Amino acid sequence: MSVTATQKRSVGAVLWDYLTTIDHKKIAHLYLIGGGFFFILGGLEAVIIRIQLIKPENDFISAGFYNEMITMHGTTMIFLAAMPILLGLMNAIMPLQIGARDVSFPFLNSLGFWLFMFGGLLLNCSWFLGGAPDAGWTSYASLAIDSPGHGVDFYVAGLQIAGAGTLMGGINFLATIVNMRAPGMTYMRMPLFAWATFITSVLILFAFPALTVNLFLLMFDRMFGSAFFDVALGGNTIIWQHLFWIFGHPEVYILILPLFGLFSDVFSTFSKKRLFGYTAMVFATMLIAFLGFMVWAHHMFTVGLGPVANSIFAIATMAIAVPTGIKIFNWLATMWGGSITINSAMLWALGFIPSFTIGGMTGVMLGSAVADYQYHDTYFVIAHFHYVIVGGTVFGIFCGLHYWWPVMFGRILHEGMGKLTFWTFFIGFHMTFFIQHFLGLMGMPRRYWVFLEDQGLDLGNLISTIGAFFMSFAVIVFIINIFYTAAKGERPSPDPYDGRTLEWATASSPPPHYNFAQLPLTRGLDPLWIEKMEGNGKMTPAEPLGDIHMPNGSILPFLMSLGFFIAGFGFIYQVDHSAWYLALYGGMAFALGCMVVRSFKDDHGHHIPKEELEREAD
Amino acid sequence: MPENTSTNSTVKAYQKKKNKDEMKKQLIAFASMIAFTLIAFGIVATESVDKMFLIPIIVIMAVVQVGFQFYYFMHMKDKGHAMPATLIYGGVWAALLTLGGLGLITWW
Repeated sequence: MSVTATQKRSVGAVLWDYLTTIDHKKIAHLYLIGGGFFFILGGLEAVIIRIQLIKPENDFISAGFYNEMITMHGTTMIFLAAMPILLGLMNAIMPLQIGARDVSFPFLNSLGFWLFMFGGLLLNCSWFLGGAPDAGWTSYASLAIDSPGHGVDFYVAGLQIAGAGTLMGGINFLATIVNMRAPGMTYMRMPLFAWATFITSVLILFAFPALTVNLFLLMFDRMFGSAFFDVALGGNTIIWQHLFWIFGHPEVYILILPLFGLFSDVFSTFSKKRLFGYTAMVFATMLIAFLGFMVWAHHMFTVGLGPVANSIFAIATMAIAVPTGIKIFNWLATMWGGSITINSAMLWALGFIPSFTIGGMTGVMLGSAVADYQYHDTYFVIAHFHYVIVGGTVFGIFCGLHYWWPVMFGRILHEGMGKLTFWTFFIGFHMTFFIQHFLGLMGMPRRYWVFLEDQGLDLGNLISTIGAFFMSFAVIVFIINIFYTAAKGERPSPDPYDGRTLEWATASSPPPHYNFAQLPLTRGLDPLWIEKMEGNGKMTPAEPLGDIHMPNGSILPFLMSLGFFIAGFGFIYQVDHSAWYLALYGGMAFALGCMVVRSFKDDHGHHIPKEELEREAD
Repeated sequence: MPENTSTNSTVKAYQKKKNKDEMKKQLIAFASMIAFTLIAFGIVATESVDKMFLIPIIVIMAVVQVGFQFYYFMHMKDKGHAMPATLIYGGVWAALLTLGGLGLITWW
């Protein structure tokens, strides 16, 4: 790595390297770039929504376009921005934290990324091909079935492809954590972020099939004349809602649990203390995941499931506040009496606690079935889920990017700009969404294109929109920070924060592509810290220096995903003209052909000889 | 591990006997699964059993078949399968919870 990094490489070589890479650290870069692109896109959509609502009866965009905006904002942010960025962070850090050289299935890892990317691109192609999906990010069936044009078809095909990629990622992380922990790294010595990755992957594995099935049902209804959701033909539209939320509720925990793990690591590092209540934190995470599967109907209190069902789901929902409370108090106790460093990563973590707690509190309010009849489909709900998703997930993503930037890119982000980003975002976020609680309570319904004058909604909406500009400013500063850092940022040591876990114990920053020349021996929780406290300063190797076996890169994941991408267009347009079957079958055949090639080609990878490792160590 | 077994003939004999036993178990499991399937089709086709008993019988046979699948063909009976077993039962739990919940909501 050190040899190649000093040489200038052509753009084509770099591009080819990234197209064929199966190194978990480079796939993490790809996830962050892809997710970051969609994050900016989703952010622009959010700003357009807020500009439309800046004043009463505004006509900045048309009603139909507004529906497309809200649908694509939600879908993009959840499926194409938040989740990929989380998968990127997991990819970059989790294998290092457990002392592995790569994930269990590097090829699958690459395939997962490219499926996500092509799925996301397919979904966004709809903007240029007659209109984006417009039935809301939940795409409730009765509305989605009657939506004209191909918008919802793009939603179905795009999410199906992207969802398959996510499912692969989850399975891969599970196999990695079960099988590839370094010597001595028992389950109960794993950093909380690795634990959170594990539990999140379980959620992905169990929740995504429900979405897959649901999307197939909608696809058959819209494209092949079935009637699962068509009431007039004996179907039932509520099935969509159930299946969507059986997936959708675990999905929101998929969005937050990795960040719970990340914040635990950050609090412990910057407080210079062992995480308070480590075991309780692990089991609280499991409990949240477990309960997450039995609360889906709290999204459907007003559907008319009856008082018994509503009561059961209300109680189960409120029970989740208990493990979450355990976590909040453990974070506070971790900081209590610690030697606290406040830098931009820690600021995001500190800002997260009150913001997320407000979101959790309104969550318990919404969990009360009787009260929910008042809140349902108002801006109160909008405020609630933005407090948990922005106040939890987005704060966490920024925290993780600042904290792990040295590990991922070998540079340290500019502190001043980092703090400016935090404060403007923090203020803007609370300005935008706190007032929306009250807009909701005053009766402003969600997803409405315009509101009327003099109903007490004018000022609140104006404040909310100004807050959105603050957040946009913060994101722009962050982007400038990235470019500034890439050009002029300081190159840190591999352990700039006096870290506690194995991602800080690598030989260089960023780590060499084989991560560890010798796998480290873990002697307890916070393994690097133990070695520091005992005066060793670095990890004891668990094996003699020897040849390292690494897998070879491959272009096949990219080509397979391209095949499914083309087949996606075939599926969408075959209802218009049978010539599109050519794209459908052609794309499928191409993807399957790539699979056949992959199956029959023997590729045993390559070895990094011992001599090269010794040379690089000098 | 061919190089390990060739060094010691007693280990080889032991391994051979173990493989033979394993194969026997696989074949018994496979044969009984085929038999269960035939019985299930048989009792439905001949209409010899009342519907009240038919459904529980088929469900019980299905559960036994799933057990064979997990424990014999997917080797959950062997050592070192605690984590796969946990995840499989977790998945079964999530699926049953979903079906149970939907069933209750629909028919209760």
